[in-house]
Amino acid sequence: MIAELGHYALVLALAIALIQTAMPLWGVKSRDPVLIGLAAPTAVAQFVFIAVAFAALAWCHVASDFSVLGVFENSHSAKPLIYKISGVWGNHEGSMLLWVLILGLFGALVALFGGNLPMTLKATVLAVQGFLAATFHLFILVTSNPFARLEPAPFEGRDLNPVLQDIGLAIHPPLLYLGYVGFSITFSFAVAALIEGRIDAAWARWVRPWALAAWMCLTLGVAMGSYWAYYTLGWGGWWFWDPVENASLMPWLCGTALLHSAVVMEKRNALKVWTVLLAILTFSLSLLGTFLVRSGVLTSVHTFANDPARGAFILAILVLFIGGGFALFAWRAPLLKQGGLFAPVSREGALVLNNLLLTTACATVFIGTLYPLVLEALTGDKISVGAPYFNYTFGPLALAVVIAMSFGPLLAWKRGDLLAVAQRLMVAFAVAIAGIAASYAVEDTSTTLAHFGSGLALFVMVGALADLVERTGLYRVPFRTALRRASGLPRSNWGTAVAHFGVGLTLLGIVGETQWGAERIASIKPHDVLSIRHYEVTFDGVAPRPGPNYRETVGTFTVRRNGRLIGVMEPSRRSYPVRATTTTQAALMVRGLSQLYLAIGDPNPDGTMSVRLYHKPMVLLIWIGAAVMMLGGGLSLSDRRLRVGAPRPAAARAALQPAE
Amino acid sequence: MSVRPSRLLLVVLLALAAGGPALAVQPDEMLPDRGLEARARGLSRELRCMVCQNQSIDDSDAPLARDLRILVRERLRAGDRDAQVLDFLTARYGDFVLLKPRFAWHTAVLWFGPPALLGAGALALLVVARRRRGAIAGAEAASLTTAEEARLAELTGARD
Repeated sequence: MIAELGHYALVLALAIALIQTAMPLWGVKSRDPVLIGLAAPTAVAQFVFIAVAFAALAWCHVASDFSVLGVFENSHSAKPLIYKISGVWGNHEGSMLLWVLILGLFGALVALFGGNLPMTLKATVLAVQGFLAATFHLFILVTSNPFARLEPAPFEGRDLNPVLQDIGLAIHPPLLYLGYVGFSITFSFAVAALIEGRIDAAWARWVRPWALAAWMCLTLGVAMGSYWAYYTLGWGGWWFWDPVENASLMPWLCGTALLHSAVVMEKRNALKVWTVLLAILTFSLSLLGTFLVRSGVLTSVHTFANDPARGAFILAILVLFIGGGFALFAWRAPLLKQGGLFAPVSREGALVLNNLLLTTACATVFIGTLYPLVLEALTGDKISVGAPYFNYTFGPLALAVVIAMSFGPLLAWKRGDLLAVAQRLMVAFAVAIAGIAASYAVEDTSTTLAHFGSGLALFVMVGALADLVERTGLYRVPFRTALRRASGLPRSNWGTAVAHFGVGLTLLGIVGETQWGAERIASIKPHDVLSIRHYEVTFDGVAPRPGPNYRETVGTFTVRRNGRLIGVMEPSRRSYPVRATTTTQAALMVRGLSQLYLAIGDPNPDGTMSVRLYHKPMVLLIWIGAAVMMLGGGLSLSDRRLRVGAPRPAAARAALQPAE
Repeated sequence: MSVRPSRLLLVVLLALAAGGPALAVQPDEMLPDRGLEARARGLSRELRCMVCQNQSIDDSDAPLARDLRILVRERLRAGDRDAQVLDFLTARYGDFVLLKPRFAWHTAVLWFGPPALLGAGALALLVVARRRRGAIAGAEAASLTTAEEARLAELTGARD
């Protein structure tokens, strides 16, 4: 009954989404305020019905209603509650429902908080959102119904894939989808601007917070996916250039470019057409990312055709929105007026360079991910494109972005002075050189790359703060004055500095992990000692341990540092009987910013056990850096000027005016 | 394994982690000669485990990956240079085994694509900049109506 209720709610959501699309557009055309006014309430109602559908599915999962096919295939009555909940989106059907839930949520937010948007723009945006939602509702209802029933109902479910029974994977997809779908709003705004044929700085002020919010979620989502892969997959890598990862990296790169070009548009009224194009491109890549993973085209070109209805529908959606978006762009973009001239060496110029490099980097990932598929489909030739390719092609572009990043924020708008900026970065240069020297002194066995990499990371970090130091006059004026100035700085300045600092942190983490890491691989018996750097790890033995829906073999290791006991590590191998699957649970010991990483294999016939022990210096900085980038985004988002949803300042000003 | 697209995320993840998760390079495979072993590890990272989902043989636990790792070490011990090892494996298994595609006509897009795009982008920027320098006059002319200006002021708050 609950499942049917959810199914019915989804059908209603589809109907409402169709009204949300058609009526406001008609209203805009015929200048009918009643029809225009329909946009907001239908958007909210649509969200309510999706929420009902989602709640119904969640209930089926939590209550272990195995008469629902999706629950039977992905759940088990003994599964911990948290994974019963995360199991809702741990499969194709449920994850698509999560997708439309978030889409509906964002639409409702625009409807509720878009009070100060021009009426017609708001109506058009919501109509585009409604059209997106309608297409996805139809896709779910026609090809991926999450509420399909089984008759007769089985007694027990097949359990969720053990790999997904992990807290990281419980939060990772929602975050990623918040990011992906968040860019649907910027897409809708772009399409609305193209339909209306005009665009102004107020438009950019609306688009920028959405782009920022979506970017923040995506940043965290990507970082979380990376950390999950790091501790689950058992060999300590944190980025594999796997097509699934690339699918989330592409919208992130493009979204980062969008974020920066929106700044230029808002501040200087330039790059309008480009910003609109990036908005379309970013969401196109989000769609592509969703479907690349969902359709299975990545595993093999052939699996794509296994379910012809679904594959064809997916292709149709991609063609409709990506093709439609670009066609509309080609047709209407010439109407958008260009403005805001600037010299090549200027803040705008730096941001254009940022955009050029980021979009090229994004295109590189795109080519590397999809070209093998295209080649195989066209000629049957099978080639592989893996990490070594991306290191050669993506690496230099990323390096250029990172170097340019320090200069950009210090350049003046319109016309900048590169030499003056270089002088202001003297401290950063000095710190970087000191860092390289220190790095040589401490560890001269490392590669040149390691020394220069850490120097560059330091340069980026100090350089990111240079703008703040300059603006607050720190070291030049009394500390208290500097502090007062610092608190008076616009939050977006802080946001830029903090986010760029985060990039430096991530870079330092990458250098530390890849260049200074140590590894021990050995077959050991109980009481054997492995030593790595200053640590000695003693193998105490293995013992079985029962879990709720698995059994595990746990190895116990005592860790000493220079002879002093500092803790115990317990890596394990879990076997899930329902799925007949084994997973590795690596043990991680945090030491400051570094980690010891220990994974065990199955016991060997001779009584020994294969173990893999890593020392990963500064590895945590990789993800801390991402979190700091996100924090920077948050600071920027909290900037007063961006809070267009809060009309209070304008009202206060209006009230004050008579007194002036 | 028959794969339905509905379960593909799972399959992808499974393929990443399964095939017996845990350890890739086994202690018994490793060469006593440190220099040779380091070269073997480096080569392993450039070779694909062909039955896995985008894994190098250094990362994979599949039996095939183990066979390949041992083969690489045999070739190295026989005195092959790195390039010879790669040639040997490519001759046996085709281009698919290389994670970094070789340069050839059918991989030209991969290697020339990114620099070509960067160049094209830079060129487009130059052209646009030059064209706009010619058309400076009148470009900044206000295009908003008075009502829109007022609305804009309201939207952007008290600051500007």
